[in-house]
Amino acid sequence: MNLIETLEAEELARVTAGKTIPAFRPGDTLRVNVKIKEGERERVQAYEGVCIGRAGSGLNENFTVRKISFGEGVERIFPVCSPSIDSITVVRNGKVRRAKLYYLRDRRGRSARIAERVVARPAKG
Amino acid sequence: MARTGLIARKLGMMRVFDENGTHIPVTVLQVDRVQVVAHRTRERDGYVALQIGGGFRKPKNAGNPLRGHFRKAEVEPKEVLTEFHVAEDGLVPVGATLTANHFVVGQKVDVSGTTIGKGFAGAMKRWNFGGLRATHGVSLSHRSHGSTGQRQDPGKVFKNKKMAGHMGDKRITTQNLTVVRTDAERNLVMIKGAVPGSAGRWVEIRDAVKHALPEAAPKPGGFTGRAA
Repeated sequence: MNLIETLEAEELARVTAGKTIPAFRPGDTLRVNVKIKEGERERVQAYEGVCIGRAGSGLNENFTVRKISFGEGVERIFPVCSPSIDSITVVRNGKVRRAKLYYLRDRRGRSARIAERVVARPAKG
Repeated sequence: MARTGLIARKLGMMRVFDENGTHIPVTVLQVDRVQVVAHRTRERDGYVALQIGGGFRKPKNAGNPLRGHFRKAEVEPKEVLTEFHVAEDGLVPVGATLTANHFVVGQKVDVSGTTIGKGFAGAMKRWNFGGLRATHGVSLSHRSHGSTGQRQDPGKVFKNKKMAGHMGDKRITTQNLTVVRTDAERNLVMIKGAVPGSAGRWVEIRDAVKHALPEAAPKPGGFTGRAA
């Protein structure tokens, strides 16, 4: 491993310390709790939508979340390990056959729905 | 007081996050085995400077005169040698190893290096000229420059006219870059933004000429080994 990779791994460990990033895929509906700074105060705002793609890897990994807000499509790109993300929760698992769901941009309503993916329940223990 | 600069190997770029969650693009520079090799003094040379070497060169690859030069300073043969002009009280003892905590976090620095060579480049790439039109009768010269002069008077092309030619592979100084982090253990300096040259090349880091030096910066420099 070269030094840059080592430094990236250390930075990744530093910014994700004490956080668990859930496993999610394109097609999943996510609730991203974003920290917002208003003057001195800091609060958490939820942004909920469909993950339409992940890009990059390691420290440089991003994901795009699309939602329809007041009839207007909105997409936000977040770095996976950004310190301004408080937490990510997977609301729903979607069944899709693409890595990038850009076709959703041209669709509205019924045709933009994503079928639910059945996830094996974790073994009771 | 003019402090000495440092030489460092450019390792590449990465990103770091600050406490507000904003990401900062940084260039990682490695201050690899950087030692003072010689002094230039007013009496002998007419100016005051430090000769600084960095990296490692196999003794068999250093010529005999060069080996003698390094032997005199009792340092291992170096890959690169550079001089930094300093004030009279800015001299660091010969043989001392300069470290990354020569610079303090938040400090502004100027970084000089040799830019990546682009070869023979046209006027559009080299000077951001607009080129000629795609249609309206232009043939075979869509990426050329336009006129280069006026009429019979002055009747010549002025010197330094921007034209096609060799681009890059020349010394450039990028000023007012911020030191984001330093790592004294591994001798790394992280600088916000890009610095000239490709990864693996050596660059010179100096205190910024357009900013005051922070009080916390060590004087005459951050170094270990061999006291004065």
